[in-house]
Amino acid sequence: MISPADLVQIPLDDWVNSFVRDFLVPNFRPFFRAMQTPITAVLGWLDAFFHWLPMLVFTAGLTLIAWRTAGRGVAIFTLVALAFIDMIGLWSETMTTLSMIITSVLFCAMIGIPLGIWSARSDRVLFVVRPILDIMQTIPSFVYLVPIVMLFGVGMVPGIIATIIFALPPIIRLTNLGIRNVRGDLIEAAEAFGSTRWQMLWEVQFPLALRTIMAGLNQTLMLALSMVVIAALIGAGGLGLTVYTGLGRLNVGAATAGGIGIVLLAIILDRITQSLGEKKAVHTPSLWQTLRSMFALGKPGDEEKAGKAA
Amino acid sequence: MKPKLRVENVYKIFGDHPEQALEGLKQNKTKIEIFEETGQTVGVQDVSFDVREGEIFVVMGLSGSGKSTLVRTLNGLIPPTYGKILIDEDDVASCSAERLRKVRREKITMVFQHFALFPHKTVAENAAYGLKIKGEGATPRRAKALAALEQVGLAAYADSYPDELSGGMQQRVGLARGLATDPQILLMDEPFGALDPLIRREMQEELLHLQKKLKKTIIFITHDLNEALLLGDKIAIMKDGRFVQVGTAQEIVDNPADDYVAAFVGDIDRGRVFDAAHVAERPITVELGEKNAAEKALDLMEEHNRNALYVVEDDRIAGLVTYQELAVAAREEGRTDLSEVLVTEVPTVSRDTPLNELYGAASAGYPIAVADKRGRLAGVIEPQAVFSQLSGEESEEVVSTTDEADAGAAQKGERQ
Ligand SMILES: Nc1ncnc2c1ncn2[C@@H]1O[C@H](COP(=O)(O)OP(=O)(O)O)[C@@H](O)[C@H]1O
Ligand SMILES: [Mg+2]
Repeated sequence: MISPADLVQIPLDDWVNSFVRDFLVPNFRPFFRAMQTPITAVLGWLDAFFHWLPMLVFTAGLTLIAWRTAGRGVAIFTLVALAFIDMIGLWSETMTTLSMIITSVLFCAMIGIPLGIWSARSDRVLFVVRPILDIMQTIPSFVYLVPIVMLFGVGMVPGIIATIIFALPPIIRLTNLGIRNVRGDLIEAAEAFGSTRWQMLWEVQFPLALRTIMAGLNQTLMLALSMVVIAALIGAGGLGLTVYTGLGRLNVGAATAGGIGIVLLAIILDRITQSLGEKKAVHTPSLWQTLRSMFALGKPGDEEKAGKAA
Repeated sequence: MKPKLRVENVYKIFGDHPEQALEGLKQNKTKIEIFEETGQTVGVQDVSFDVREGEIFVVMGLSGSGKSTLVRTLNGLIPPTYGKILIDEDDVASCSAERLRKVRREKITMVFQHFALFPHKTVAENAAYGLKIKGEGATPRRAKALAALEQVGLAAYADSYPDELSGGMQQRVGLARGLATDPQILLMDEPFGALDPLIRREMQEELLHLQKKLKKTIIFITHDLNEALLLGDKIAIMKDGRFVQVGTAQEIVDNPADDYVAAFVGDIDRGRVFDAAHVAERPITVELGEKNAAEKALDLMEEHNRNALYVVEDDRIAGLVTYQELAVAAREEGRTDLSEVLVTEVPTVSRDTPLNELYGAASAGYPIAVADKRGRLAGVIEPQAVFSQLSGEESEEVVSTTDEADAGAAQKGERQ
């Protein structure tokens, strides 16, 4: 049998190798190193903070947030889950993972929301961005671990960079979608009153897209959590490392404990961010408004409300 | 007087080759033919008009006739393909984006068919939107927004959200938002089209009431001829992107320019379009204290073929006498004193009373007195004139006595 390989053989692996090794790495290494700096700074700060924060204070804080945003059920779950994590001896790893996740999501939002807004405003940008997102979402994450290691080395920060690349698409997609879906007559109204593009974005498009953007943020967060174990392959720590080393040493107990920790953290963060998105649409007073109305009695606003009720 | 808004030969053609559509229009092709041949949609073709300050200019037409497109060219939401739109010195069609924004912030605002309120802002914040965009501070902004809401009767709902209000109330907020920046020109694209008929009537009355105070220049779009006739100082009938007739309510109902307009006008409520002045005639009267008043009255009635006559005393309406009673009294009793047979309970209306409020008075059979503001007799309406005007078949006699010259003469009489 004859096959195309008998005629021509394409050394694709060599090409990629030489592109990365001989071109990208020597020429751009300083640039890639510099990119790490802000991530290192944010991560270092968050990691130090969460490890410094006493377990009880953190638990109380997160339970309160869960109660305010997602209701009593989620609050009780948060309380029990965090206590459980502490009891199985994974508190410190959980804090490391949490700071990694927050850092990744923060950078995803910082890159993804502006990019999403930009692609919503220009069809040409979307035309370029969309196929890139498709590729990002179809390439298995293992594939880009190698170039990342070559460019950034191993450790926490390269792990986070891999996570950012993996978790970025939904926030861009949903920001774009949210802004494009704002009702046309509202855009027209904003324009008819003489809004600039920024005023339009800030006053109308962004607030109305917020719900969709929050849904994107939630998806990004979940994707980031799913990268925790894979990131451990290239030297990231935390719960992922517990699972990874557990697997490596066939220590089923440790791997399971780490896995449960990740799942619990995921549920808590999912519930809280999901209800954050929903809350914005129904006008419940924010915590800030509630506090303000508790301490600032007799404001003009209150009188009007009283008058209306009467 | 210089018009507030001047529209000159505006065209809007949707598509990439407007010149092809223009060529088609020159050859008198229809909108559909042009679309089939060139793929261009004619939205608006060759529309020109002036609107004077304080006037309500209504554009009426069926769905798809280009009303929304036209009104959106006026504030540049849709840039016209050709033509000029002059607001004071600025040509909205060709000025810079910066300038256009300034015009929108200061001179011209819009009320939308489906309200287009911002759902994430309170009623007061919605009303204050234009002020916020202009950069006004929070305190004066809220004060002005509340004042605007006060005008439409919604100040109590300032801190509610739009979705908590009914449709009619939402459109009041839309109106308040349009008025809050105190613009000179207000564009209204079928503002009451989404409301149910009862609320619509209420809103129409309220708009007229507000307009008496505010005297804005209003461009009002509607597909409802009755609404157009009620609100419009001037009305343009639009068809296939073109104005087929522009005129006052009476002009359009009395002289429809073509079959298209005539078909519209056919089933409107004429009683609301025409008012008392439209069918009034110059009064023929006798003075109460005059010598030989009774004989004179009888002579006049015979001469003008009337069976009743108004009697005045020092410019006031004293009452009326009927031929029958006067003749009987004069013949049988030999008396010639008018006051004996004077009917003092006479139907009296003012010049702007709509015809549909004259049915009652007209069916009594007596001529109706039209009084001016000071109670003097400005005109007389024969009962049959009311009915023939309402039915749309005016007798020659009525037409000849209600033309402009007569109305003008009656007015001059008033001023003396
Ligand atoms: N953006 C657009 N692109 C193409 N055609 C349009 C567009 N907007 C309106 N049209 C066409 O222009 C004509 C007038 O529409 P419109 O102004 O909305 O009418 P109306 O408000 O009187 O119902 C219609 O034939 C419509 O299909
Ligand atoms: Mg329309």
